[in-house]
Amino acid sequence: MAEKLMKYADAVAKYDPVFGLEVHVELCTNTKLFCPAHIEFGGEPNTQLTPVSLGLPGSLPVVNKTAIDYAVKLGLALHCKVNEWSQFARKNYFYPDMPRDYQISQYDKPLNGEGYLDVELDDGSIFRVPIERAHVEDDAGKNTHVGGADGRIEGADHSLVDYNRAGVPLVEIVTKPIEGAGARTPEVAGAYVRAIRDIVRALGISHARMEQGNMRADVNVSLHTGPDAPLGTRSETKNVNTFKGIEKTLTYEIRRQAALLESGGEVLQETRHWDESTQTTAGGRVKTDANDYRYFPDPDLVMVHVTKDHIEELKAQMPEMPRERRARLKKEWDFTDRQMQDAVNADAVDLIEDTVKAGATAAGARKWWLGEISREANARGVSLQELPISAQDVADVEQLIADGKLNDKLAKQTVSGVLAGEGKPAEVVKKHGYQVVSDDGALDAAVDQALKDNPDIVAKLKGGNMKPMGAIIGAVMRATKGQADAKAVSKIVMERIAKS
Amino acid sequence: MSAQEELVKQSASDMAAQLRSGQVSSRELVQAHLDVIEAAEPSIDAFLQVSADQALEQADAFDQHLAHEGAEGLPELAGVPIAIKDMIVTKGIPTTAASKILEGWVPPYDATVIKKLKAAGMPILGKTNLDEFAQGSSTEHSAFKTTHNPWDTERVPGGSGGGSASAVGAFEAPLALGTDTGGSIRQPGSLTGTVGVKPTYGGVSRFGAIAMASSLDQIGPVSRSVLDAALLQEVIGGYDRRDSTSIPKPVPPLAQAARQGQNRDLKGLKVGLVKELGGEGYQPGVEARFNEAVSLLESMGAEVVQVSCPHFPYALAAYYIIMPSEVSSNLARYDGMRYGLRVMPPEGVPQTAANMMAATREAGFGDEVKRRIILGIYALSAGYYDAWYGSAQKVRTLVIRDFEKAFEQADVLVSPTSPTTAFRFGEKMDDPLAMYLNDVATIPANLAGTPAMSIPAGLSDDGLPVGFQFFAPQMRDEVMYRPAAALEAALEEQWGGPISKKLSTPWLDGLAQDSTK
Amino acid sequence: MISGMPTFTREEIKHLGDLARIALTDQEADRLKGELNVIADSITKVQEVAGGDVPPTANPIPLEAYLRPDEAEEPLTQEAALSGAPVTESGMFVAPRILGEE
Repeated sequence: MAEKLMKYADAVAKYDPVFGLEVHVELCTNTKLFCPAHIEFGGEPNTQLTPVSLGLPGSLPVVNKTAIDYAVKLGLALHCKVNEWSQFARKNYFYPDMPRDYQISQYDKPLNGEGYLDVELDDGSIFRVPIERAHVEDDAGKNTHVGGADGRIEGADHSLVDYNRAGVPLVEIVTKPIEGAGARTPEVAGAYVRAIRDIVRALGISHARMEQGNMRADVNVSLHTGPDAPLGTRSETKNVNTFKGIEKTLTYEIRRQAALLESGGEVLQETRHWDESTQTTAGGRVKTDANDYRYFPDPDLVMVHVTKDHIEELKAQMPEMPRERRARLKKEWDFTDRQMQDAVNADAVDLIEDTVKAGATAAGARKWWLGEISREANARGVSLQELPISAQDVADVEQLIADGKLNDKLAKQTVSGVLAGEGKPAEVVKKHGYQVVSDDGALDAAVDQALKDNPDIVAKLKGGNMKPMGAIIGAVMRATKGQADAKAVSKIVMERIAKS
Repeated sequence: MSAQEELVKQSASDMAAQLRSGQVSSRELVQAHLDVIEAAEPSIDAFLQVSADQALEQADAFDQHLAHEGAEGLPELAGVPIAIKDMIVTKGIPTTAASKILEGWVPPYDATVIKKLKAAGMPILGKTNLDEFAQGSSTEHSAFKTTHNPWDTERVPGGSGGGSASAVGAFEAPLALGTDTGGSIRQPGSLTGTVGVKPTYGGVSRFGAIAMASSLDQIGPVSRSVLDAALLQEVIGGYDRRDSTSIPKPVPPLAQAARQGQNRDLKGLKVGLVKELGGEGYQPGVEARFNEAVSLLESMGAEVVQVSCPHFPYALAAYYIIMPSEVSSNLARYDGMRYGLRVMPPEGVPQTAANMMAATREAGFGDEVKRRIILGIYALSAGYYDAWYGSAQKVRTLVIRDFEKAFEQADVLVSPTSPTTAFRFGEKMDDPLAMYLNDVATIPANLAGTPAMSIPAGLSDDGLPVGFQFFAPQMRDEVMYRPAAALEAALEEQWGGPISKKLSTPWLDGLAQDSTK
Repeated sequence: MISGMPTFTREEIKHLGDLARIALTDQEADRLKGELNVIADSITKVQEVAGGDVPPTANPIPLEAYLRPDEAEEPLTQEAALSGAPVTESGMFVAPRILGEE
């Protein structure tokens, strides 16, 4: 059962991978691509259907304008040639989750033609991914397999079909064969799909939640011994729906194919799928002419015309793209590459930006969001956005520190209080009576008592050895229950030493 | 003649006039037709489903409306009942496309044309028989019954819309709707002595018309007079945003053109005789009636010229590539999952979804449908797409260009509708090619999207009706209605009334003298 | 341009039946073979006039697509959606066992 694998380092030393990705992005339109059924994730089964999306006899598709606009925006972001005239075509194959037993897609006249996307790798270098096309098509319904183990297709007794997802608009972004990534193939693939996720979110055209299937990728890869050598047979791994899965699929397929080629075996042209539980790809059906989809122009639809003027209008609405925005913010915030990357990985860029807008310094905002708050999010297993703390809250805490009303320790306690749902920072401070003790009377007394209790330290300080200062501050802190301002304490101590 | 017989033998526009003048109610009209249906069906078998209760309810609603609010804002045909080819989806009334695969399906929605008929207060009498999924030229390919030609019940009514044509021809309905993909309205019209119109492609919404070949299908009127067809097309026509191939323009003034034609003055009109649609393969009796009708057009002042459409001889071949290709895709959805028939695979065959689909489709489709699906799958497959489908689409361009050139020389084009009169049952069932030749004169209009209609031109030597076909340019349907109405008027003067006067209707003999209650 | 006239064999017809998801019987396949060879013979003539300079026509009336606004309309109820289904369970359509194809 287990397939032979070659060590990854050996595989990429010996073979040059050429890969391609077909990324499907579900658009977050209000209604479906070809009918006015409202789309909502997680609704009751078969309640988001019109005769069109159920494929009833006599029903006809009508194109959703917003879906086309969204797809054009994505095409523009991917530097594609947006075609003024495009055409829908039928892709014919039978499957229980397809209401018409053909998918309405685009074939030789896609909405978006050739383009590219520059993606940033971990070391800050840029890799240009060439794009073949980004066309529009409709999604299929969902099968739930019943009677087998873990709802998997194998061994299932029958399947239940919910067509709610049928007709949801998708853009399929197809790369050209990507060459030259070598050992970094999985990294490039991961960075590319993440970059697409960031772009569609920035454009506001997809929820881009991998876990809800808003984004899925088909991963193709084949090996050859060098740029001029003939390409080997490629495998196609379908519907990989996590970033890590995409990277692992490529790593696995490169290792598997290399081992096969090394042993004189043959790579089959087949459809495979990524199995998260075994961390392997498994072979599916060998591709034959059964995959002749018999594309032809959909006679129920006519040419889609997007005028030059309209493309210009959409272009004018385009927000700053994520990579450009990150470069700008990194500079404005004076972050290092590492710091910026951390912020991106933690999905904290927007939060930091909002916190800065609310008055905090970038360094202060970063410290909180990537420090205390990230730890709490990890502990709870939720995203930063889901925690009960806002950018405004963080900015308020920073302001209290700047005003000398909180020290670091109290600030941390305040943030913990907000995270625990005790209210806004001011409320938490009030509730616990957090207060930096800096009024001279109480502080002077505490310092005098500490000096009196520690004559040996006083002697050292007089002799010019400042190291034990911390012990005095610690004593004062204990006496004031942590509410003293350390700077103020050290100032008073120095005054006393100088006077005596 | 009983009062009832007298009532149902009128034209739809005369019935409409009587409704407005209060001489008759919509309920009386509906009841009279239901009575005829009951009497005629044993001989004719035009209906798959009679929706008597709904029709009477609709009639009552219309009568109420007329009594309280008058007829203002309603189309002229308001209150006149109609029969619907069972290829058109009707909410709450079973719709089968005459196929076992859809048997018992009750649609949860109405086709756009049905909504329009309902809004016009036109009661729906029932659903008429057809060749399965409108595929055939004799209605013999229905999975449920054989419809008989009222002129000779031993003969076919043509097809695929034999049910609608026979129902109107036999006075079971004053009007009907058909669908025309390669002649399915016009050829049965020709064979049953009725009027059948295929409007411009996109002139009538296809939303709710079960798709056979989407780029060729068109819903149109079936009637006993040119004016009735015009009035009906005005009710069902017009732009529909639910159909992406619908033309965003209002319906041209068709009834006005028909009424103008009744004046029988065709001075200034140029009529083009299509050289390629005649001669070999056309019955002498058909050609004789056709030529006489052309002379009549001339006698009313029309100028007759001969035009050549050199690519028409390729139209049939192109049609038999494009049509099955679209059929193979349009009929994929009948897979046993969401509606209609499900047949599980026989014992010993794995009980999988794929095998269920294959077993369902094997059992649910008839021979002609299977033949076309297989042919279509082949025509679209990678190895043959360019040679077949691609070439056929080019021929389509050439046929359109032929029409454009011909319409530079003439205002309307004419030809016999069908090369022969009605044939006997079984005569062409074993020879698909011979069956396909029935549509040789009607297919060019479907490929080019041009409007065309068939009207009765008289009886051939065998005593059976002959059809005369008019073609007009795209989106100019009114252009053919005028000469068609003129020719109809001139012929009826010769005959001393409509052609149906020559039809013996023994099934009406038993009707009660007055049972309009 | 004129390529060879296709000749159907029984195996090809069966294969087309698989693609069409129709479980043709041997008898049907044999009959279809004969009929389709005759039909194919007569329709291959489209290639005679389909020159490279002739553009294809997919739709007889040159229109551009009406793009509808992204506004929702009342959907079918679950009951209506399922009303024609041969087999249902828990508000869903039931498919027999699906093999891992496609």
